Amino acid sequence: MRRVTWVLIVTWGLILSLIVLHQDFWFWTDARLVFGFLPMGLFYHAGLSIAAAAVWWFVACWAWPDELDVTPPGGPQA
Amino acid sequence: MTQLTIILIYLGLLIGLGLLAGLLFRGTREDYLLASHTIGPFLLLMSLFGTTMTAFALVGSTGKSFRVGIGVYGMMASSSGIVHSLCFYLIGVKLWSLGRRHGYTTQVQFFRDRLDSRAIGWLLFPILVGLIIPYLLLGVMASGGVVNVVTRGAFDTAFADYGHGVPPWLASLVICGVVLTYVFTGGMRGTAWANAFQTSVFMVLGVVTFVVIANAIGGQDAFLDNLRVATEQVRQHHPEKLTREKITQAQFFSFMLIPLSAGMFPHLFQHWLTARSARSFKLPVVVHPLFIMIVWVPCVLVGVWATSARLDGKLIVPADIANDSAVLGLMVDKLSNPVLSGLLTAGILAAVMSSLDSQFLCLGTMFTEDIMLAGRRDRFSERQSVLLARLFVVAVVIVTYLLSLIAPGRIFDLGIWCFSGFSGLVPLVIAALYWRRLTLAGAVASIVVTAGAWLYFFWQSDFAANARYLFWGMLPVATICLLSTASLVAVSLGTRPPRQEVLDRFFPGGEST
Repeated sequence: MRRVTWVLIVTWGLILSLIVLHQDFWFWTDARLVFGFLPMGLFYHAGLSIAAAAVWWFVACWAWPDELDVTPPGGPQA
Repeated sequence: MTQLTIILIYLGLLIGLGLLAGLLFRGTREDYLLASHTIGPFLLLMSLFGTTMTAFALVGSTGKSFRVGIGVYGMMASSSGIVHSLCFYLIGVKLWSLGRRHGYTTQVQFFRDRLDSRAIGWLLFPILVGLIIPYLLLGVMASGGVVNVVTRGAFDTAFADYGHGVPPWLASLVICGVVLTYVFTGGMRGTAWANAFQTSVFMVLGVVTFVVIANAIGGQDAFLDNLRVATEQVRQHHPEKLTREKITQAQFFSFMLIPLSAGMFPHLFQHWLTARSARSFKLPVVVHPLFIMIVWVPCVLVGVWATSARLDGKLIVPADIANDSAVLGLMVDKLSNPVLSGLLTAGILAAVMSSLDSQFLCLGTMFTEDIMLAGRRDRFSERQSVLLARLFVVAVVIVTYLLSLIAPGRIFDLGIWCFSGFSGLVPLVIAALYWRRLTLAGAVASIVVTAGAWLYFFWQSDFAANARYLFWGMLPVATICLLSTASLVAVSLGTRPPRQEVLDRFFPGGEST
């Protein structure tokens, strides 16, 4: 039970972090180019998309609601 | 003519796919509308991604970044990567489970059951249909416009009024006909297959287009050098496009509420129910943000490059171009060849049709299930139910096409308003799934307040004519969501709790609050 609680806290902590990190006022007017062609703001948000996939991967591995998998009255479908 | 040939081949392939899916049809209502819940992780990923990405993902993103710069990615793409997956995880999986347990096909069925009221369906149904129709029209009209632009000059004498290209009304008619063919024959299975195919097409062609354009602008041997040259031109002429100077932080924040609309899209609800298991959602939840990145980063870069890219010393895209949606087409037209132009058009049509098909099927399903069969399903055989669904799909396609002929061009401004309306209804579905204390009165209050606030803001924005309309410096969706949530909670707490028997059906073992 305690493990479930911690996993949920970490999960929601990570999701909220993504939402907070999305508001990146610190790169708002940063015109530097990464790799010589990618504007910093775009590089950061592309990285955030990768971070989001990583967070959802964690959720899929550790916080997935397996109890919601139901077998309907008629049995599993072919 | 090359472009037209490629488009016709592509449409032919889609019809073939639909007919193939039709061969696997099991003849039941559940198979036609929900593919008998057999859709596995890969097809679910492709169909959910294809459905949520419209033509805007390719054409709109390029045009918008041409206008406001790289901030478009944060406003619309990275936010969607976070919020769409959150909707799939928080709302989709749970609705799938309840749908499997209680046999739902539409949102209205779920809300009628959860709120123990048939009347809630009559309130919600017209709002859902009213919000989705402009969204459908956007797709139908965009497809007609795109085909017309790329086929101009294809005919020597015919269609002089349309630049000797395929007239938009004819192109829209053909697109509607193709989508109708595979939805009619293949139902949800045909739709899911077509979505998977079309999603692959527009993702691959988007990346190919990006590489070709970068190489054409750069003119160097190495691809990385071409990327650097293209961006360097922007730094010299429009450095503001490489930052978010033109966007306020409040506006940026409020854009995050727009992708929340995915939680209440009726067509996504139907796709969720097609899943084979709750585990099938894992792949879409994880990969969706990456797919968004693969499609959007190249488009945003091309849009920004378009502000400064020159051919023979002249700007490829004039700074005062009236129609931002033409930016991608112009870049492809000037910097590539007719074959790539035709392929990219197929990619744009793929993005449009992968949303249109789900919406057509969903509206047909809603009219069949929520209006015709509601409370009298036992009077209709399986065969009759499928026939009804098919007839309603045909009717929806015909009505949508006819509306597209008379709808004003300004319909394109309505997109964000549709999303705002759906976002305003998301607190309701979250409360229905996780809050035992939600009451019918609270739900009604939330729906009425959402509709009222939406209408008020819509009026204030001169019926979408003022595309820059903000309230408290933010998009109206922020206030709509706030009012919707506040009214839902306040009225629910002030009214009698729901019956215990109802709660037992939805919260076995006393789960949630």
